[in-house]
Amino acid sequence: MSIELNDSRIQRAIALIWHEAELLDTKDYQAWQELYTPEAKYVIPIDPQTEDFASSLNMVFDDDRMRRMRVARMVEGYSPSAVAAARTVRTVSRFNADRVSDTEVVIRSSQILCSYKRNRHDLLGANLTHHIALAADGDRIAQKVVRLLNSDDPVNASGFLL
Amino acid sequence: MTNTVTPATYADLVSADRVEGRLYTDPEIFAEEMRKIFHRSWVWVAHESEIPQPGSFKTTQVGLEPVIVVRDRKGNFNTLLNRCRHRGATVCDVPKGKANGFTCPYHNWSYALDGRLRGIPYPEGYEGTVDKADYPLRTLRTESYLGMIWATFNEDAEPLEDFLGDAKLWMQRFFKQTNGYDAKVIGVHKFRFRGNWKIQLENTSDGYHFPMVHKSWMVSVDSETADMMSFMNDPASVTHALGNGHSVAIMTPAHADLDVDDGTEEIQPRFQHLVDQLTAEGYDAPTIRRMMRSMHGCGFNLNTFPNVAMSLSFFRVLIPISVNETEIWHMAIGMDGGPEYVNQERLRIHEHFQGPFGFGSPDDAEGWERVQIGSTADPAMPILVNRGLNREEVSAEGWPTSHVTDESGMREAYYQWQKMMSVEDDK
Repeated sequence: MSIELNDSRIQRAIALIWHEAELLDTKDYQAWQELYTPEAKYVIPIDPQTEDFASSLNMVFDDDRMRRMRVARMVEGYSPSAVAAARTVRTVSRFNADRVSDTEVVIRSSQILCSYKRNRHDLLGANLTHHIALAADGDRIAQKVVRLLNSDDPVNASGFLL
Repeated sequence: MTNTVTPATYADLVSADRVEGRLYTDPEIFAEEMRKIFHRSWVWVAHESEIPQPGSFKTTQVGLEPVIVVRDRKGNFNTLLNRCRHRGATVCDVPKGKANGFTCPYHNWSYALDGRLRGIPYPEGYEGTVDKADYPLRTLRTESYLGMIWATFNEDAEPLEDFLGDAKLWMQRFFKQTNGYDAKVIGVHKFRFRGNWKIQLENTSDGYHFPMVHKSWMVSVDSETADMMSFMNDPASVTHALGNGHSVAIMTPAHADLDVDDGTEEIQPRFQHLVDQLTAEGYDAPTIRRMMRSMHGCGFNLNTFPNVAMSLSFFRVLIPISVNETEIWHMAIGMDGGPEYVNQERLRIHEHFQGPFGFGSPDDAEGWERVQIGSTADPAMPILVNRGLNREEVSAEGWPTSHVTDESGMREAYYQWQKMMSVEDDK
């Protein structure tokens, strides 16, 4: 399915995804976590094929409780890797909508993330799938799956979120 | 002293309480380690659950050299150098899978699961010059113990079980956490850090760093789990040096032998949903209690020299990449054929701490990279491994023993390093 850029529901979904990208690059994690519905899963799987995240080992498989603990860890100052986290810029583009209704948009995209730490740039490519819950009182992310190109190969521990 | 180290001086780089910083940073020392340690020691390559059937294989490295670990049709484990005998291409390019054999992509020389050269296309060009029997894939000696598979280039190496020595007792205890089921690798985290392999080797027996580096994890878990890892002032939490470079660091003495249960430990409330489901499915109370006591693993880190640890509830594997880069695999294990939802809970516990986005591993990696950078400052300045020398005693079993926050395990590893690196050979 291609993308209908004049569809306001898709425009809202893309606007939310770009807003999320900025919050992650600026490491405003407390604002970031409020973009998610309480039921939302945030997943970075290892297995490139799996949809059964519960039965698989993942890099991240967060429900609301884990996501809030993760954010606390990133901001409270006890984690040496979070304190020394790489700076990041990310571009999210190549949007394609899989499902569009008045209450939900399922939208795929590409993410190119460049990180910088200690005189070194690293590149991380990923395919993203967002489930965006549309609502009059504010759109939210109902699920996000980040499939890194190198998910089943070594991934460096860099102290930031995808 | 010059910067060039000769075999005769390797012994001088390590003493009972310190090692020189250049052990982390000198490319010449690294090259010698690959030759004298990773080419001569037993090196861990696989767990048998990773290659469950005839033809199942995985690829990895022994030292810097690519290998295939494969189960053949007779059920034997083979470790094959991943290098075609013709022009040197790798014959397998995927991390794991199942195959009938391995075919080189370049000129299609094909090899059986035991490494025999089976076929050469257009063989008339080799008539009278190449006998296939003379060109198998190179095979490393391969032996296993309790499902753990090691390989070595060294035909003269002692039998694996002799090399493991007293580590075998702790391996037996480690695998009690699968409660009578076979152990199975149920997921692998892989990451790299920019630091020398020995920094990771040391860390597995370093109880001292835990409450500092992993404070963000400690504050995120339930109080029972945090208490379980609160060993800083517990005199029963000790590290034993087991010989041949191996050591065991016991963080949770009550779980060191899961067969021993005095009945006083309360099952963690976080696992109540598992207890309820197991009860509903008819598991008896002692079985359920045993499974719940083993959810966090075995209570200790068994560190075997040079590249694998059986660490609480997972395998920790190190693969040297270069003098200043190391790959780490954290391999979660579960009960093969055991309750799926219990294995799933084990995955969630593993994800919480381990891997590139875990609440623990990234903080370890940050500390290790800082060691690599800092230790370039005056590479002859010592790295201290003397913590607890003042209170180290020999246990009834004959193991040098000190507190789990002490550095007896590191001293044992460096003693083995010194022994192997000091061997004169015909380079």
